[in-house]
Amino acid sequence: MNDPVDVLIIGAGASGAAVAWSLAETKMHILCLEQGGWMNPATYPSTGRDWEARAFGDYSPSPNIRAQPEDYPVNDDNSPIKVVNFNGVGGGTVMYTAHFPRLHPSDFRVRTLDGVADDWPVDYDTLAPFFEENDRMMGVSGLAGDPGVPPRSPPMPPLALGRSGTMLGKAMNRLGWHWWPSDTTVATADYEGRARCINLGHCTPACAQGSKASTDITYWPVARRAGVELRTHCRVREITTNEHGMAAGVVYYDADGVEQFQAAEVVVLACNGVGTPRLLLTSASGRFPNGLANSTGLVGKNLMFHPYAQVYGYVDDETDSNRAPPTCLWSKEFYETDKSRGFVRGYTFQFGRGVGPVAEAVASDAKGLVPWGAGHHAAFRRLNGHRLGLSAICEDLPEEHNRVTLDPALKDSHGIPAPRIDYTIGENTARMMEHGIARAKEILAAAEATEICVNSPILYGGWHLLGTARMGTDPARSVVNEWGRSHDVKNLFIVDGSLFVTSGGVNPTSTIQALALYIADQMKQRLANLFD
Amino acid sequence: MSADSLLTLAQSDDLRAIAGVIIPVSAEFDVPGADDPAIHADMVATLGRDAGLVREALDELARLAGRPLAGLDPARRAAVAMELRATGGAAVATLTRVVLQCYYRDDRVVRSLGLEPRPPYPKGHVLEEGDWSLLDPVRVRSPMWRRP
Repeated sequence: MNDPVDVLIIGAGASGAAVAWSLAETKMHILCLEQGGWMNPATYPSTGRDWEARAFGDYSPSPNIRAQPEDYPVNDDNSPIKVVNFNGVGGGTVMYTAHFPRLHPSDFRVRTLDGVADDWPVDYDTLAPFFEENDRMMGVSGLAGDPGVPPRSPPMPPLALGRSGTMLGKAMNRLGWHWWPSDTTVATADYEGRARCINLGHCTPACAQGSKASTDITYWPVARRAGVELRTHCRVREITTNEHGMAAGVVYYDADGVEQFQAAEVVVLACNGVGTPRLLLTSASGRFPNGLANSTGLVGKNLMFHPYAQVYGYVDDETDSNRAPPTCLWSKEFYETDKSRGFVRGYTFQFGRGVGPVAEAVASDAKGLVPWGAGHHAAFRRLNGHRLGLSAICEDLPEEHNRVTLDPALKDSHGIPAPRIDYTIGENTARMMEHGIARAKEILAAAEATEICVNSPILYGGWHLLGTARMGTDPARSVVNEWGRSHDVKNLFIVDGSLFVTSGGVNPTSTIQALALYIADQMKQRLANLFD
Repeated sequence: MSADSLLTLAQSDDLRAIAGVIIPVSAEFDVPGADDPAIHADMVATLGRDAGLVREALDELARLAGRPLAGLDPARRAAVAMELRATGGAAVATLTRVVLQCYYRDDRVVRSLGLEPRPPYPKGHVLEEGDWSLLDPVRVRSPMWRRP
């Protein structure tokens, strides 16, 4: 029998780590259960000669391909975009590009400004101090003075422009369009025990240098020193409730596969936009027959991905290719609504630096750019090290038919039902993607790139899992209130990407963590009457 | 099936033969073909989770060729390879990827591309700083973001 804890956090990724760290100062007994284990940088792909090949195997972003013991399968057959994630201490921050923009102020007022979707119950100014706090904790590199975003003060200087950034910057200047070095959590200086970036260039599938901020090396060491307990290889099956309709604790499988019960005064869900609704739905009971916190039926609905329209081409000069972090520049030229474009809302352009030889060979073979046979060598040498590309990260509007449910047949290794994804790209988003592709081609033309290729949407591009337990002040139209507490279950909180009312057009990790810190702050301020 | 392989001897031979068709030896670029013994050995040794789909592709290859691929004359071998490529699908894509990922990590091939044959860590790379004055026209723009 496990001793009861005050706060039980499920998931040790971006948001769970931030909440754990923030709540640690209360001196409550805080426990986090994580289905994966601690990461070992000595085994990361960039330490071996098979560094590129492992992206197709044990370091694939797809849990279905990776298929590690800590992963759960996802039935995403009925979606043009496949779910990608990572399970382990650090969660998705172990396997992300470290592109770290924030949602814009307008993203929180979508209904008011553009007449679509809903406004958020919080605004940018409310989150601003938590963005700043998170930037310090994660260690953000960037350049102040960007006219495309509200003022912010990254604690480290930006990544160098490099060859790719210089080519792209020149192209954008020719067009008169906005660009700026991206905010990134890649450390450009030694920072809080992390070594500065040495350009391994293989950031996404985990950073062996420890320069990229993942929460296993940022929030967690501090939180654990402050007394937070983290139990790894513990997979939660369900959240149980008591006769008062409050969360009583969780049933989980420990590292030996033994079923355990952990009682808790407060349960915090931090499993992101697929894992969180999955767990709420597997927690259905006689008291909550449609799943926990689901009296509205909204749990799992309004799934948003950010469809990516990727466009790239090849230039005569060598690019940085794989010899630098993929994070390079962003552009906000098409972010804010301009109805003359034929859609509302907008997108960020995220510029890359290129790819390594194996990635280039595999992609170019699939595109038919390199022949089989004698012509292979010359064709490949023309392409390798010469790629220049960008992606439009398109805002996805919430639609209830885009959803996460429980698959009736597929189960994980513990017999827990797997999530099923039903998703289609909305009309507004599709128009936005076409616009992004056309503008990207203009940018590449300005950079004198040829042999233009398009991947739209990126098939394995479901990095951003949002909206499936949305926040709001109206209990009939939201799952949690304006500070993350379930409308139905007063000691149940959600702190991850599920909360998003709309998606914005940026990578969401910065905003997810700012929201998590904000909710933790609200909990601390309301400790005396947290359940009222 | 050999003890140290996930392929039969015939499948292993066909894998080597098709690899040589995909990427033949080149005197011009002074590189081996993908049927080089060391590269072939790398493919076989690291097949792992890809074995099932690669076997599926090799079965299709054997069906198209009707006999060991290496036993066909070069023109017929190339024609069968093109036929296989045209069938597409996950199996052929996986077989091709296995060939490419082993070829483009071979020391001789990597050097021929002007790269160092080593993993990225711990040496890393040097990233040019670039010309920050390029940002000057952007710096003078008015704020673009909307205040609600």
